[in-house]
Amino acid sequence: MSNQTNREVLLEVNDLSQYFRISRDKVLKAVDHINFKIHRGETVGLVGESGCGKSTTGRTILKLYTPNTGNVYYGGKDVFTFTPEEDMQYRKRAQMIFQNPHSSLNPRMTVKDIVGAGMRIHDLAKSSELDDRIEVLLRKVGLNKDHMSRFPHEFSGGQKQRIGIARALSVDPEFIVCDEPISALDVSIQAQVLNMLKKSQQDLGLTYLFIAHDLSVVKYISDRVIVMYLGTIVEEAVSEELYRNPLHPYTQVLLSSIPIADPELVRRKKRRVVTGEVASPINPPAICRFVSRCPLADQVCREQMPPLREVAPGHNVACFKV
Amino acid sequence: MPEVILEVKNLEFSFRTYGGVVKAVRDISFEVRKGELLGIVGESGCGKSVSVQCILRLNPEPPGFFEGGEILYEGKDIVKMSNRELRKIRGVEIGFIFQDPMTSLNPTMRVGKQIEEIFVGRKEVSRAEAKERALEILKLVGINEPERRYRQYPHELSGGMKQRVMIAIALVGQPGIIIADEPTTSLDVTIEAQILDILKELQEKFMTSIILITHDLGVVAKMCDRVLVMYGGKIVEEGPVNAIFYETAHPYTSGLIQSIATLDTSRDEELVPIEGTPPDLFSPPAGCPFAARCEYAMEICGMMMPDRTQVTPEHYSACWLLHEYAPDVKLPAVARTMETDEEAPSPEQVEMEERI
Repeated sequence: MSNQTNREVLLEVNDLSQYFRISRDKVLKAVDHINFKIHRGETVGLVGESGCGKSTTGRTILKLYTPNTGNVYYGGKDVFTFTPEEDMQYRKRAQMIFQNPHSSLNPRMTVKDIVGAGMRIHDLAKSSELDDRIEVLLRKVGLNKDHMSRFPHEFSGGQKQRIGIARALSVDPEFIVCDEPISALDVSIQAQVLNMLKKSQQDLGLTYLFIAHDLSVVKYISDRVIVMYLGTIVEEAVSEELYRNPLHPYTQVLLSSIPIADPELVRRKKRRVVTGEVASPINPPAICRFVSRCPLADQVCREQMPPLREVAPGHNVACFKV
Repeated sequence: MPEVILEVKNLEFSFRTYGGVVKAVRDISFEVRKGELLGIVGESGCGKSVSVQCILRLNPEPPGFFEGGEILYEGKDIVKMSNRELRKIRGVEIGFIFQDPMTSLNPTMRVGKQIEEIFVGRKEVSRAEAKERALEILKLVGINEPERRYRQYPHELSGGMKQRVMIAIALVGQPGIIIADEPTTSLDVTIEAQILDILKELQEKFMTSIILITHDLGVVAKMCDRVLVMYGGKIVEEGPVNAIFYETAHPYTSGLIQSIATLDTSRDEELVPIEGTPPDLFSPPAGCPFAARCEYAMEICGMMMPDRTQVTPEHYSACWLLHEYAPDVKLPAVARTMETDEEAPSPEQVEMEERI
């Protein structure tokens, strides 16, 4: 992962905004003019607190929403100007694993239908081969043939998430948006699913956009990490660099807020806590979004929006004070 | 030895359902000491919430019922109390902070009224006094403009704010014990840190005993003095927080600590998951509930529940590996910092700590 710049850009997000009008004069700016790139074969972590726009970003990339401004380029082409044939291809190549396994599987479909639907639509398997293909997929995610005729309610949360993963893998995708794939699972099950995601990536050369709020998990799985706050990107860097040398005040706060499972270390560590809560994303003024909670904020932060700029190779920060 | 203010003895609580009887809590015993922060950790369905809700009799009965045991508070058994007696304890002697602030507050009642509700029907506190107390407590839990918030409805508040109101409700009667059932699970990390700080502060300031339920080992490490680890309706390990993390004596605890990705976990390392799934409590296993997933399981483990065995004076574990005839198994050392960090902190760590 050392040579990021020379690698092929798989996906480029350019000036993307996604607004939701919630009443005549109120606009919720979920994602506000963001830019980033994802290279083939890498895992990009997208972190931030609830309501910061990380899930919306993932969904807009997959065309689940139509953005207000900006473009998403996949393999150099704008996904929003695809022809129907290209669109079909894109929906095969780019897949999603949803956050809540309990609500993202159709309760009236059997596992076989859930996993097989994509393959049928994209004509990836003859009907005679379909069962075998599904069986192979299920085995890959740690389930077996007996599970094929069962319904989602017969499975535990961890197993349901595996079905969701099998569904995403069924159409041989290149790129998967993992939207908090483990946050609904129990601690002892999380590691099972994380290991599986990692293994699939190695075996199949997948590219991930990994959305999560758990910074320890993001550090573990990502090559690069993007930190979002209220619809904007505040910091972006290679994983090790971001955790060793967080520059944006928000990233620093976020990192020091992580509860560490080690009592002695917790006692020794000096912490930085923020007062106040996340501001409202409804009609936000064009200034730094973190200003109300930032210990370093001064006049310029209250007048202008800090641009995302490169402070070290591959390390971008949106802050006037850095 | 600190004063014990609540004692749970051989508690067994089950629910009757269409599918049969679910044995949610199976013979657990523990004590709560004055001024301590006692953590209860475990996964969903391990019985941690049900067992603390028993303390205030908050589980619906029926379908829930006590199969046995007693809960002693000031010499009286809560299990046998009438509703009238319970009312004198709930909120007054023992407060409760619920997991989900979004659904636990009454949406049709102003925040102030909900906090004051505890004084209703009590002659010793006048209305004016009650309001004064409510405003004071709102300020104490870190709410700005308490006068304004007092008049607002829950939907006008953010999640973190609602959780503060929940804490205020639990506190206003000045109870000696507060039970906090996953108080930060639905909150973001920066807000979680604020709420945990408030709880810790209150515990130290008023010498309140707090029972903190969580599934997050990070929260345990940060907050607790003593920890109970639950699995499959039973307490499998119990001890001071350092003993649980550094001298882990139960394979489940050890597995749990190992399976989480921490900031120190290298990207090339594979996480060590606990394979399998928790036991079905409709027909709980006769032996150790963890036996089916335990890599050290022996024949006896599937047949008989091990006794609660003393490891060090304050540290207990229910595991056959501690039996004198058991093979000598060393559980993987889980705490990373104890050895490495004490003598010489790595430069990375120092840099990180300075920065933060």
